[in-house]
Amino acid sequence: MPRIAGVDIPGNKRVNVSLQYIYGVGPSLSEQLLTVAGIDITKKANDLTEEEINRLREYIDKECRVEGDLRKEVNMNITRLMEIGSYRGSRHRHRLPVRGQRTRTNARTKRGRPQTVAGRGRRRGMAKK
Amino acid sequence: MGRSIKKGPYVDAKLMKKIDAIAASGERKVIKTWARASTIIPEMVGMTIAVHDGRRHVPIFITENMVGHRLGEFAPTRTFKGHVAKSDRKR
Repeated sequence: MPRIAGVDIPGNKRVNVSLQYIYGVGPSLSEQLLTVAGIDITKKANDLTEEEINRLREYIDKECRVEGDLRKEVNMNITRLMEIGSYRGSRHRHRLPVRGQRTRTNARTKRGRPQTVAGRGRRRGMAKK
Repeated sequence: MGRSIKKGPYVDAKLMKKIDAIAASGERKVIKTWARASTIIPEMVGMTIAVHDGRRHVPIFITENMVGHRLGEFAPTRTFKGHVAKSDRKR
């Protein structure tokens, strides 16, 4: 099990897939990295030579912001929004969706498990009494 | 989609005129504006702009961090006072 970018230990999958276990590496970046490093995409991560792994590490360290650094950056951006008193910041503060989605229903990712509120379900879609 | 770079940031023309006037002459003046869609540009840093929220003008002191945002982002148009408590909810 090779180790790349700190704690990540991608398993016995193809390299392009296992690289995506790193926070901040998706399908396109993973493919890009492998092309730059000159590694066959279909190779399994376990079959990589030590030298190939080192090459990958080098590219990732040099060119990408992954894992802790990336998380830190994202958090800083959110804190900035909250500090300047913007609308988006206040949405973050209240743990509500930031990009104008509806909150009457859904928005479960942000708001967590539904909490039952008395007399709520009946009303929706019903004609006013 | 973002705005084309060719056009540059959108700033309401009348607001821009007032900004220039204040920057050129004596400062410390609150600018009232309705142009919520105007981008905050570096020249506005340090000024206080009163942005209309539909009812009144909310004074906003522009800091460096706000550059690139729109004026309206800092003057919320809705007031949410929280939901009704459980007990007085019936009927």
